[in-house]
Amino acid sequence: MSDTTTQPASAYDMPGVQEVENVATFALLVDNEPGVLHRVVGLFAGRGYNIESLTVAETDRRAHTSRITIVTRGAPHVLEQIEAQLRKVVSVRRVHDVTRDPNGVERELALVKVRGTGGDRVEALRVADIFRAKVIDTTSESFVFEITGASPKIDSFVELMRPLGLVELSRTGVLSIERGAEGM
Amino acid sequence: MTAHQTIKAPEATVAQREMTGAQIVVQGLIDQGVDTIFGYPGGAVLPIYDALFQDDEANGARLRHILVRHEQGATHAAEGYARSTGKPGVVLVTSGPGATNAITGIVDALMDSIPMVVITGQVPTHLIGTDAFQEADTVGITRACTKHNYLVKDTADLPRVIHEAFHIATTGRPGPVLIDIPKDVQFAKAEYFGPKEVKFSHAYNPRTKGDAAKVAEAVRLIAHAQRPIFYTGGGVINAGPKASALLREFAALTGAPVTSTLMGLGAFPAADPQWLGMLGMHGTFEANSAMHGCDVMIAMGSRFDDRVTGRLDAFSPGSKKIHVDIDASSINKNVRVDVPIVGDCASVLEDMIAIWKAKGYQANRQALDGWWRQIDEWRARQCLRYRPSDTVIKPQYAIERLYALTKDRDHYITTEVGQHQMWAAQFFRFQEPNRWMTSGGLGTMGYGLPAAVGVQIAHPGSLVIDIAGEASVQMTMQEISTAVQYDLPIKIFILNNEWMGMVRQWQQLLHGERYSHSYSESLPDFVKLAEAYGAVGIRCEDPAELDAAITRMIDTPRPVIFDCRVEKAENCLPMIPSGKAHNEMILPSDEADLSTVIDAAGRRLV
Repeated sequence: MSDTTTQPASAYDMPGVQEVENVATFALLVDNEPGVLHRVVGLFAGRGYNIESLTVAETDRRAHTSRITIVTRGAPHVLEQIEAQLRKVVSVRRVHDVTRDPNGVERELALVKVRGTGGDRVEALRVADIFRAKVIDTTSESFVFEITGASPKIDSFVELMRPLGLVELSRTGVLSIERGAEGM
Repeated sequence: MTAHQTIKAPEATVAQREMTGAQIVVQGLIDQGVDTIFGYPGGAVLPIYDALFQDDEANGARLRHILVRHEQGATHAAEGYARSTGKPGVVLVTSGPGATNAITGIVDALMDSIPMVVITGQVPTHLIGTDAFQEADTVGITRACTKHNYLVKDTADLPRVIHEAFHIATTGRPGPVLIDIPKDVQFAKAEYFGPKEVKFSHAYNPRTKGDAAKVAEAVRLIAHAQRPIFYTGGGVINAGPKASALLREFAALTGAPVTSTLMGLGAFPAADPQWLGMLGMHGTFEANSAMHGCDVMIAMGSRFDDRVTGRLDAFSPGSKKIHVDIDASSINKNVRVDVPIVGDCASVLEDMIAIWKAKGYQANRQALDGWWRQIDEWRARQCLRYRPSDTVIKPQYAIERLYALTKDRDHYITTEVGQHQMWAAQFFRFQEPNRWMTSGGLGTMGYGLPAAVGVQIAHPGSLVIDIAGEASVQMTMQEISTAVQYDLPIKIFILNNEWMGMVRQWQQLLHGERYSHSYSESLPDFVKLAEAYGAVGIRCEDPAELDAAITRMIDTPRPVIFDCRVEKAENCLPMIPSGKAHNEMILPSDEADLSTVIDAAGRRLV
């Protein structure tokens, strides 16, 4: 990017502008057909948008719809553009900005493998209890925990497990839904 | 026996409606009102070509197939056909290389919002994924460069897919839709359904009516403007001839000046005193200055492209901006606007005019008089003037004479990409929409010749001219053979300066006059080339003989390649250098110190 000027000189310089970036979660209802995930992911890749997490699964077999939850990051005008671009995809039925919706709920599930003996093992179990994580597998020197919650909660759990012998981590990425009786 | 008949009748109907996939394609196209397809056969589309042959034998040529010489030519011809008629262009090509050759034209149609339906053959379903002969992942490759695409794996889906493809291609912001059909799906049989009998599977439903409150706010802003300007684009052309008529009416009511993007030329007549010429990088000084100094900007079907805005942080800094566009993602993309209106230009203009009349608004004559005095001062700079010559043909002069000698005829102009394209936009004066076909967004060299083929097919009696450069035209030169085959009297008017002129100009301005690979050392003899193809070749290098030569070209009822030898080192001016604002144009009078006008930052830009 241009180092001789501090202001954007043209559209080509726009990505170089330092702007405050926000995280946003979009929930999409899409037609469940081959290639639909590629349409969404390709849009992000082609236009240089970030994907922080992505979840997708069929949610209504009879209506042939799947739900994609995508977490992205960008300046407010970029997020606005992402939403507009998503709405333009023919296979996308609905787009919902979960982050801007006060009723939006976001959850993530993680499977966490921790290896340790003695005090570390006891401490891991104790922390898991505090976080209401479930033990779904154990050997004499390891646990696999299952934990759900908002992403920051999982981040803190993982950070606490790291010194206790974190071996492996698997996360679903963010899922979302709206509080209340109404559907998307 | 009546009972027997009533039971039999529906069965007979179903039997009649049962067709092969290939026949469904042909029937679907006919039911969509298609009369012309541009294509090239190959292994994976042979069943469709067979169905075309049999349909011709049985029903006469309901569906005219134009055999091109390269699939890129088919797509550009379809674009020319679409842009000059307002109807979708249809392309039929084979799998693998057929599909990949068509990509350039598909992207071109996406960038310039041209309705197009591309049908590609595919290897049989059971061979997909095996790296079969002439297999390419066509839907994968074209997902990013189509408005929508389909791989049809079941013949029963084909009627719906074909009708839905036309619906998507032609409504909302138009664009290319591709249907990939495996060979076994073309052979298999299924029941055919017409356009009104199928149920679309997508929830696609673009908005055309502008938000009433926003439209009212926009009209109020326009009515109170002191220095308004219309900045119109290809969206006005795409909204149909009615939109152009409404634009003219609304411009007359408001008294505001009108400028247009490259894609929007012709929506507003160049002969009108309110016309400022094209804006942008090679737009007029008055159009760009008025954009910079306006207080209310009415962006109508235009998309604030970087060739138009120049330096974004200095783009029209003091104006309230109204943006009407059918594509919501075009609004607030590059430039933040004050009044965003998602809707079809014709529909919104109609609403604007109705509100203007209902509220009894009057243009602020006093303010407008001052605005027009200012504009006249800008016009007095004569930004398009050039040094005439008695000895060598100036490219600008060539376009001026071409315009003068063709303006009273029913004419259509296509172009390639480069200096000649900008000179055509500056010096050819368009009065009506759908008469100007050029590759704006993608900037595809090689667009103009096949586009002219498509235009001439749609308008057999009209004068169709491709204003070309000698470099661009060689990219799709072989399509002159198509023109000869179908007796299409297109005129290829080459401004031959032996250089890739725009590249040479940028190298002069930005790269220290180091002319890296921009000179064509081994040009063909275009006259002999024309003759070799069975067309007519004309060469002219003397300004005194130009009129006679152009007249000869016009009067020749066959395809003509006109080799117009022009000044080699002419620069296309005026110009907003990269990284500069609308009020920092280089004018012809500044040409002496061209190498110093672009700074280091600007040199990095495209």
